[in-house]
Parts: sequence; C-alpha cells; structure tokens
Amino acid sequence: MNVPILSDEIAKGNSPDVLFWVGCAGSFDQRAQSITKAFVSILNKVGINYAILGSEEMCTGDPVRRAGNEFMFQMMAYQNINLLNQYHVKKIVTACPHCFNTLKNEYPDLGGSYDVVHHSSFLQDLIDQGKIIIKEGGSFKGKKITYHDSCYLGRSNGIYEAPRKVIEALDAELVEMKRCKSNGLCCGAGGSQMFKEEEAGNTRINWARTEEAVASSAEVIAAACPFCNTMLTDGIKVKEKENEIKVLDIAELIAQSI
Amino acid sequence: MQFIPQILFLFLLCVGVYLFSIRLIAIRRNILRGKSESLNDQPMERWKNLFLLALGQKKMFKNPIVAIFHLFIYLGFLIINIEMLEIVIDGLIGSHRVFFSIIPSIYTFLINVFEFLAFSVIVVCVFFLFRRNVIHIARFRSSDLIGWPKNDANFILVAEIILMMLFLNMNAADTLLQSRGVNDYSSTLTGNFIFSSYLHPLLNGYNNEILALIERASWWAHIIGVIAFLNYLPWSKHLHIILAFPNAYYKRLTPIGKFANMPTVQQEVLYAFQPELANQEITNAAPSTFGAKDVHDLSWKNILDAYSCTECGRCTAACPASQTGKLLSPRKIMMSTRDRAEEIGRVIDKKGKFDDDGRKLLFNHISEEELRACTTCNACVEDCPVSISPVDIIIQLRRYLIMEQSSAPNEWTMMFGNVENNFAPWKFSTEQRTKWIND
Ligand code: SF4
Ligand code: SF4
Repeated sequence: MNVPILSDEIAKGNSPDVLFWVGCAGSFDQRAQSITKAFVSILNKVGINYAILGSEEMCTGDPVRRAGNEFMFQMMAYQNINLLNQYHVKKIVTACPHCFNTLKNEYPDLGGSYDVVHHSSFLQDLIDQGKIIIKEGGSFKGKKITYHDSCYLGRSNGIYEAPRKVIEALDAELVEMKRCKSNGLCCGAGGSQMFKEEEAGNTRINWARTEEAVASSAEVIAAACPFCNTMLTDGIKVKEKENEIKVLDIAELIAQSI
Repeated sequence: MQFIPQILFLFLLCVGVYLFSIRLIAIRRNILRGKSESLNDQPMERWKNLFLLALGQKKMFKNPIVAIFHLFIYLGFLIINIEMLEIVIDGLIGSHRVFFSIIPSIYTFLINVFEFLAFSVIVVCVFFLFRRNVIHIARFRSSDLIGWPKNDANFILVAEIILMMLFLNMNAADTLLQSRGVNDYSSTLTGNFIFSSYLHPLLNGYNNEILALIERASWWAHIIGVIAFLNYLPWSKHLHIILAFPNAYYKRLTPIGKFANMPTVQQEVLYAFQPELANQEITNAAPSTFGAKDVHDLSWKNILDAYSCTECGRCTAACPASQTGKLLSPRKIMMSTRDRAEEIGRVIDKKGKFDDDGRKLLFNHISEEELRACTTCNACVEDCPVSISPVDIIIQLRRYLIMEQSSAPNEWTMMFGNVENNFAPWKFSTEQRTKWIND
C-alpha cells in the first residue's frame, strides 16, 4: 500500500492538503486496521493529497483524560500540538470520533487549532462532489443497514446525518434501531471503559446494544468508530450471529462499493 | 376588631416570606461555596436557552404527552399566581375580589381561565400520582428514590390537588352567596364560574352563615396552604420550578464532549517541557488538590445543578451503565451532591463556619465503583430537562481518584504506563504504528 508519511513529504518539498490522523486503534487494533486501510484506499483512489504522521503520531490523550489522568493528557496534547504546529498542519481528517473530539474541541485551549473533520463528513463531501462514484448494483444495494451512533460523534458533536447520507448513497435500505441519534445507546467503550473490565452489573452494555441492533433486522451494522466496531463485533459473536450480520465501518462500506 | 384578620394575614405573609428568604439565602450560600467559574459569555445564547429549555421546556417534549400534562401543572402554577396577587391584596386591605372593581369586563373570563387551569392541574396530578404509584415505570421505582424522595414527589402532587380544590370550593361558596344576595358578597356580582358552579349542588344545603364560613375557611386555608407550599419548595425537589431558569441560563455552552481544561496541570506540564514558557502566576497558585473530593471542590454550577435536579430519573433511564445494572445512577450522583451540600450547610448553620466534619462527597456519598462505570456518553446530559450535567461531577471526582489518590483499576494503571512509554494505550512500540501499511 502506498501511504505518504508527512515528514517524508515535507522533506521532498510537498505540502499535503490534509493530514489523516490514524489514531491508536486504527494503527494497532487488528479490526480497526482494516478500517484504516479501507479509508486509505478511498483517499488513494480519489487522489486526495494527504499524508499520515506515521511513527510520530501519539495517542491524543482521550482515554487517559477520561479516566481522570489529566497530567498524562496534557503531556500527550503538548507533544502532539508541538508536532502539528511545527508541520503547519491546517486540516485533519480522522476515522476515530474520540480523536476527532479531542483534536477539534480540546486542543484549541492548549494552542492547537485545526480544521478537524471526521471521516463520515469527509466521505459525504466526496460523494456530494461526485468524487466517489458508487458502482452500479454495488454489493450493498437494497440491503438493510442500521447505523449505530457513536456518542462522541453524535451527542458530543451533533454529527448524525453525515454517516447516514453515506449509507444512503449505497442504495441500501437504512433501518433505524429503537434508540438512535440523540437517544442512541452507547456501545460501552467510551470514558476509557475500553481499557478495563466492565463494572459488575446484570449484562454488558455492548450486549444490550447488540440486541437492539439485531432487533432492527439489519444485515449490516454500520459504525463510524473503531471502538464501537470492536464492541459490536464482540456482541455479535456472543449472540452467535456472525454469519448473518456483519459489523462494518462506513469507510469499509464505501471501499467495497467503488 | 375589624382589622384583626388583616393583621393576622400580614403577620402570616411576613413570616412566610421571611422563612422563604432565609432558606433561599442559605441555598445561595451553599451553592457559592463551589469554585468560581465564569459563565456569562454569549448572553444572547444564554437567554435563548432560558426561553427554550426552562420556559419552553424543550427537552420535556421528547415525550409529548407527559410534556403537555406537565405544562398544565406548570402553567397552572404560574398563572394562578396572578390570582394569588388578588388574594394578597384582599387580605391586606380587607377588600373582596378587588380586581373585579378594576377590570369588571374581563374579570369573570379571567377567573374562568384560572378555574380551567385549576381543574386541569387536579386531573394531571391525579394522573401523575397514578403513574408514579400504580403503573410500573422503572425510573420511578429504582432504589435511589426509596424513602423521602418518593414521599416528596407524592406529597407535592397531593398538596397541589388540595390547593386547587380549596380554590374551586372558595369560588363555589362565594358565587352561591352572591346569588342568595348575602350582604358582603352581593356587592361583587361576578356571576357563576364554569368549573366551580359544578360544586353548587354540594353546598346548596347549607345556610348562609355556614356557607360564609366555608367560603372564609377555604380562603384562609388556600392562602395558608400557598405560604406553606412556598416554604416547602426549597426543601424539596420542586425547587426546580425556580432554579430551572438560572440553570438554563448558566448552562455551559461548550460542546458537551469537551472536558474542561485544567490550566494548573497544563502549566505544570508546560513547565516540565519548556520552563521559559510556563505562566508562573498559574503555576505558583497551584491548588492544593487536583479534581474534586467534596462539593466545595466542584464548580458552583455543579452545586446549582444539584439543587435544580427534579429527581425525574430521565438521566438514569438513558444511562447505559444504569440500564445494565451497574451501581452508577446519574440521578443519584445529583442527589448525593445535593445531600452533601445540605450536610455542609447544616454544619455552617450550627457552627457559623465550616469545620471538617470528617465526611466527603467522594466515598461517603459517592463510591468509586459508581464513578468507574461511567462511559462519558452524555446520554444523561442529553435527556435532562433542566440542563444538568452529572458527568461533569463524575469526571472531577475521577480526577481526584487518579491524581490525588493514585487509585485506578489495574488495567488503567497499565494503560497509563503504555501511554507514557509507548505513546499508545496498548503495548506497541512507535515503530509498529505503520506496520499495517505493509501487512
Ligand atoms: S455520561 Fe456516564 S452517567 Fe451519564 S449516561 Fe453516560 S454513562 Fe451514564
Ligand atoms: S439530573 Fe436531570 S434528568 Fe436526572 S433526575 Fe435530575 S432533573 Fe432528572
């Protein structure tokens, strides 16, 4: 795969239009890596002038800040902002709502102001501009797809429509779960829960959410967050529905349809 | 002799208003023990929130039927206050229905409107009592409401019903006396009112003296009831009738997913990396604690939130942790915060100042387990009809646990270590960040 690294590009005298912030999940988590690859394949195909930070990228600090470790958050933020400012980064796109929220809403207070877009809005733009053209009779045509709202994309940043528009562009049938948009139920990963065992209760949050997704009778559960994706994939496994229901990121849906 | 009722009325009114003011002042003091936080920017946006969220009850309309019912109680409460004005003037100057002589042409119409509202309030309160106690609605049944909170909710509904009945009864007796041409009453011939006239058959059997007694007794009971209600309010969850307004106005206007920055920590980190850039003033003025362990470590807005909470449980009904049987309930977070603020208030009332009472919001009222369960999903904030943020309190307590107590689940401690050493929450080296490209 050909993926431009920002430091190399700058050394060559190029200045990419947009930085793709891969995020830790997108870099290291096996499931999320394929989302990253899908998104990169779209960027390459459309011919976007982009780059990634590569090994210079660090955790934005979202999980440590949400756990309560403000010191470590500030340390991560300081180093990332220094790097981004040094490279004069103006526009950032990311496939992770947690990175998105931190970069967009929390870094400006610390001296890092960028034009930050989530990949759902980015993809919607490309579709609207006619730069992404969906194959005739694509693999999702007429299929029932439900969309799970990520808390940090939806409630936190009011992005409900962009991912849905992307799904509709596939000629698929968008079916909503009982709780959706601002009422959407969390997948259970946020607030640094991803990195610890769930507290004692009578069920798991991702199981509860998966049940709602299954009840929508969708064949595909679309997500726009690597953590939601992991949680729901796990839920589908527990419910033994892997053969009937797929959990896919909207970037994967598009990548498989162009 | 003839002034005795007026003097008695004035006395009651003064006592009522005095007690009410003292209580409000104490609540204000308890709220302002919180840390200062400036929430005065963008006044236009703030007024908009006040009109939409508090006056317009926008969030209530997520469930339109309940919203309309609640609106009746609320309008009934607001508009019947106009009628209260007449009652107060009558009580003070010894007049009878003073507004009738001022606005005779619309007086009957106005009272009819009030009677309609009074009647609606009764109907809605009966429905709400039924819903709360007979129908099974999870958010009214959960354990954080057992005891006083549940009684509080029922008590106020019953009180509203009684007050409205007294109002209708008073009107019924009055108009009946008018039609019989009884002296004091026939001078203000308002004519019958739509709703109270249905009570006439019940009262018709009484002679004039008893009827006048009933009318006066209803009048007095109504006004005494209202004064009592006024003084009950600030001890109950029904304080939201008042505090919903400032709470909507002072709502934080930043995106709800944004965590408040901690400038002191920011400066310390900056100092570690680039000492020449750190703002010495902030660094030197570093507070003794990071995060919050007690209510006075929270912002005043968090405490205002706690006093504004109506204990409706919409937050808990939406909370993924509560929904899956975790110990956390955002409503309970708010109730605990209020309880602790009250507890501290009582210490101050007794001793004149706050002495350490050996108790804290964290641990004594809110446990670590509750705090650990929050996913920061903001569903609670989204659903709260009175602009409260339970998650903001949760996060400040979490900050204290981590930064002051180094108390974290093992997995988090490991994750912190990874972030510190590998700049990622998992144990992968930075070189592995681009491994996916060639996989
Ligand atoms: S933010 Fe925390 S307390 Fe609020 S609903 Fe979500 S999990 Fe529950
Ligand atoms: S915080 Fe808001 S939603 Fe929760 S119980 Fe209180 S008023 Fe209701």
